[in-house]
Amino acid sequence: MTFFLQQVVSGLAAGGAYASLALALVLIYSAMGLVNFAQGEFAMFATFIAWGLMVNLHVPYALAFILAVAFAMAGAAAIERVIIRPFERGPQLSIVIVTLALLSIVNGMAGFIWGYVPRPFPTPFPQSPVVIAGVYVSIQDLGVIGVSIVVLGLIYVLFNRTKLGLAMRTASLYPDSARLLGVSVGGMLAIGWGLASGVGAVSGILLAPGLLLEPNMMQQVIIYAFAAAVLGGIESPVGAVVGGLLLGVLLALVGAYIPALQDLRLAVALLLIVVMLVVRPSGLFGQAHTRRV
Amino acid sequence: MALLELELVTAEYGPIKALHGVSLAVEPGEIVALLGANGAGKTTTLRSISGMVSRGGNINFDGRSLRGVPAQETARRGIGHVPEGRGTLVQLSVWENLRMGAYTRRDGAQVKKDYEVVFGQFPILKERRDQTAGTLSGGEQQMLAIARALLAKPKLLLLDEPSLGLAPLVVKGIFEIIRQINQADGVAVLLVEQNANLALKLAHRAYLLETGTVAAQGDAQKMASDESIRRSYLGY
Repeated sequence: MTFFLQQVVSGLAAGGAYASLALALVLIYSAMGLVNFAQGEFAMFATFIAWGLMVNLHVPYALAFILAVAFAMAGAAAIERVIIRPFERGPQLSIVIVTLALLSIVNGMAGFIWGYVPRPFPTPFPQSPVVIAGVYVSIQDLGVIGVSIVVLGLIYVLFNRTKLGLAMRTASLYPDSARLLGVSVGGMLAIGWGLASGVGAVSGILLAPGLLLEPNMMQQVIIYAFAAAVLGGIESPVGAVVGGLLLGVLLALVGAYIPALQDLRLAVALLLIVVMLVVRPSGLFGQAHTRRV
Repeated sequence: MALLELELVTAEYGPIKALHGVSLAVEPGEIVALLGANGAGKTTTLRSISGMVSRGGNINFDGRSLRGVPAQETARRGIGHVPEGRGTLVQLSVWENLRMGAYTRRDGAQVKKDYEVVFGQFPILKERRDQTAGTLSGGEQQMLAIARALLAKPKLLLLDEPSLGLAPLVVKGIFEIIRQINQADGVAVLLVEQNANLALKLAHRAYLLETGTVAAQGDAQKMASDESIRRSYLGY
């Protein structure tokens, strides 16, 4: 039982980070109806920025964390304004192709600047475990869970309790009405990209100590994030979070109890995507679309 | 000086020209009806004013040109456009719809008072405050759309077919509300209507559109009594 609970806690920690990146995907999908394939690379790049601040400039962890997230937000908002905007009136497929181009450009840039040698990434949490009700829990895991909860909670409050969040929801659901009410739909889209990228950066920084920092570090994680988003419902922010946590726990348990599948966890995630798309394409929290014909 | 002035305004959807040079004016505090058959360009005229369609010619509002001004900026300058189909934010609550109405306002304290004023004018909206807007009846949604537009404190309201799909009694109520708003707050109204009879009773002046140009204009009462206009354009 304690072994089981330990796996659940470490699964929740990984799941919190998957949930953040899944939420980033869902934010863009809700606003534009498409997936930003470069989301993981944005997160990786921001993680390198955090690393550079801490290791080269000796900035304390918390400040480096905030600066890297801010960098990710400003950078993605600028990319949306400058690179994505000219394609917004064209077919969605062109934007998807542009995000694929961004994926390889950002990845290549990181490789060019920092090289491909994996580097250790600092963590502010002590490595020693604590014992809670007889279960050994790593403080690192608890810290990651805590940070994820705070970030996801902030996003929830922004969207449901603030005027900006309301305007963003209106702009993505009813762009024409939003314009008539004085909302700059393009501006909201840029803010949406910024937010998504900020949440993604949190995911990268939280995962980096375990994954080791290198330009390809997010390429498995983005698959997990896709799986989490599809599991919860690609249009549901709450679904993305629950999907991420469920997936984290599922993968931890699979790894622990079915050793044969330990190295096939990516395949398990892909299988989950396929099964969900067949059985319930709108996800656990999505609403099935009905349409008059 | 006219509050709103259109000079030879053209508009097109892709290769199709919808307006071939429409000229009209709305004075401050005036209700002007825009009549015409389906496809005459009534909705397009409103959309060209609020910047929802690419347009040519000159549009002046409140002493400034609207050339190249995007829709969100027209709204900020004081044009409230209640579009065809009401533009209800159906998945959001009634309250959220109203809050979006005041989106451009920066005077928070006054906005709070204005919510109360609106709830006084439209008690049904207060009752249904936390309901999803899509669950309202057609008449209630039309009230919501007008209330939402009023919360932006517009100088000019563009109303596109407020009677569409509503029962006659409900339409009467809506038109009474439009009259009150105009008289109490001095908001000018440019009203597009299929129901010419009702619109001419409410409006001070009217324009008659035919295939993208102004075919006739004048005092609303005179137009209503003009036998030839009535027979050829208004169909009653």
